[in-house]
Amino acid sequence: MLIGNLLAQAGMEQGLHVTFIPVYGAEMRGGTANCTVVVSSEPIGSPIVRRPQATIIMNQPSLDKFQPRLRPDGVQIVNASLVEQASLDPARRTVYIPANDMANSLGSPRMANMIALGAYLKATGCLPPDAVIDALDHVIPGHSRQLIPQNAEALRAGYAFSA
Amino acid sequence: MKSERILIKGNEAVAYAAIEAGCKCFFGYPITPQNEIPELLSKLMPENGGEFVQAESEVGAANMLLGAGACGVRAMTSTSGPGIDLMQEAISYMVGSQIPCVIVNMSRGGPGLGSIDASQADYYQATRGGAHGAGRTFVLAPSTCQECYDMVQEAFDIAFRYRTPVLVLGDAITGQIKEPVLCHPPVHVPDDKAGSWCLQGMGDRAPRLLKSVYLDDGALASHNELLEAKYKAMQADPRAECLDTDDAELVVAAFGSIGRIARSAVQLARASGHRVGLFRPQTLFPFPARELERLAAEGKRFLVIEQNAGQMVDDVRLAIRHHADADFFGVMPGIFVDADDLLTPILNCMRDAQ
Repeated sequence: MLIGNLLAQAGMEQGLHVTFIPVYGAEMRGGTANCTVVVSSEPIGSPIVRRPQATIIMNQPSLDKFQPRLRPDGVQIVNASLVEQASLDPARRTVYIPANDMANSLGSPRMANMIALGAYLKATGCLPPDAVIDALDHVIPGHSRQLIPQNAEALRAGYAFSA
Repeated sequence: MKSERILIKGNEAVAYAAIEAGCKCFFGYPITPQNEIPELLSKLMPENGGEFVQAESEVGAANMLLGAGACGVRAMTSTSGPGIDLMQEAISYMVGSQIPCVIVNMSRGGPGLGSIDASQADYYQATRGGAHGAGRTFVLAPSTCQECYDMVQEAFDIAFRYRTPVLVLGDAITGQIKEPVLCHPPVHVPDDKAGSWCLQGMGDRAPRLLKSVYLDDGALASHNELLEAKYKAMQADPRAECLDTDDAELVVAAFGSIGRIARSAVQLARASGHRVGLFRPQTLFPFPARELERLAAEGKRFLVIEQNAGQMVDDVRLAIRHHADADFFGVMPGIFVDADDLLTPILNCMRDAQ
């Protein structure tokens, strides 16, 4: 949810049209949650996208749910720390990145999401990483402001990752 | 408030708009998917010199709304379908007593407790006057977060212009989605002129009575004639968004969140060479019937898409009845559809015509 919000905020600050819609409801605790972000140079009609151009998959249940929906020409960023390599569809363009392990080695286990977002920005060219880092300021709540540099560092590490 | 775009939920846009429109009282009771509205207003109302009350129930909230409106105060409540059910008695009394207020329904799936997912199945309830006695409310249907903001501001003006409850009908998508919203002060704040009718009578001022009971011979008939004249006057204010309808063979009619998804589907159909347009009512009562009839008179065909089993399609068919009929495609409440899902019925409709 946080990196979805961040991507939408950064897109807006770049003058683009954006939508963000979260889905959790009854799944909120312990289950999976997901969000859909649309970033477009045109006004956005549907905020709901059944067949995404790009996905960020942080865990195994999310891969099972969203890998079949990815467009044939799309790309998926998959968290290698939590998703079995054997379950990857070889026909899909995949960036298989050990987000949790990289976050741990940066000393910030909770930054796995930022690492994955960095890899996503590299793979898609959707927005420049600096634009997203600038937007951290508006998305990280006030009481966690001291964590902004670590988030930025994790994002850069994900962007620099190559398998 | 700063005049720049901020990324907020439709629900948050409702709350900011109410403050900017001079709303001084909010009464509500929690229900998903609109909880961000009371959550935000519990902070914003006291900060802006207003009153926030979490009532003991929706029945309580709606009657507090009646009280504030009777005093000529800009007041609002927000809830979802099951809460609107409980508010119907007070809504009927407000219509009958000509008391202005704004009511937001971020509707959810039903009947009964249903689900917290998207649904447009409250269309009948919103547009037919959900309570006894044939009262009508003005109904606005936002489809984007910006429209949530703009329409809630406007809702207060309409409520006082007609002295009526105004309903803003969104759904789980409209409420939960985040989009950039340009928050701005009202373009023009009209004089509510509430001083000429609002409840008073203290001290040596002449007493006033706001009531919905008319027992004298012929009195209720006259009162209903007055209300009917008001509903008729509202017919001057219908509004709809038309996209590519001029040269369209097929006009897709859809409102609210499905209206914006249908807009994408219409653009996909256009891109593959089909002459399809979109007609999106922004007011549901008054319904933009004249504009639809004009399109029908030009020989166009119609497809109504709604997230219910067929409700607005009745109003479309009534509007175009002298010239055409309308096809219908229903999405059941409780699921999410995207543009591809709505493209299929549009293309089927085009194929059937050939």
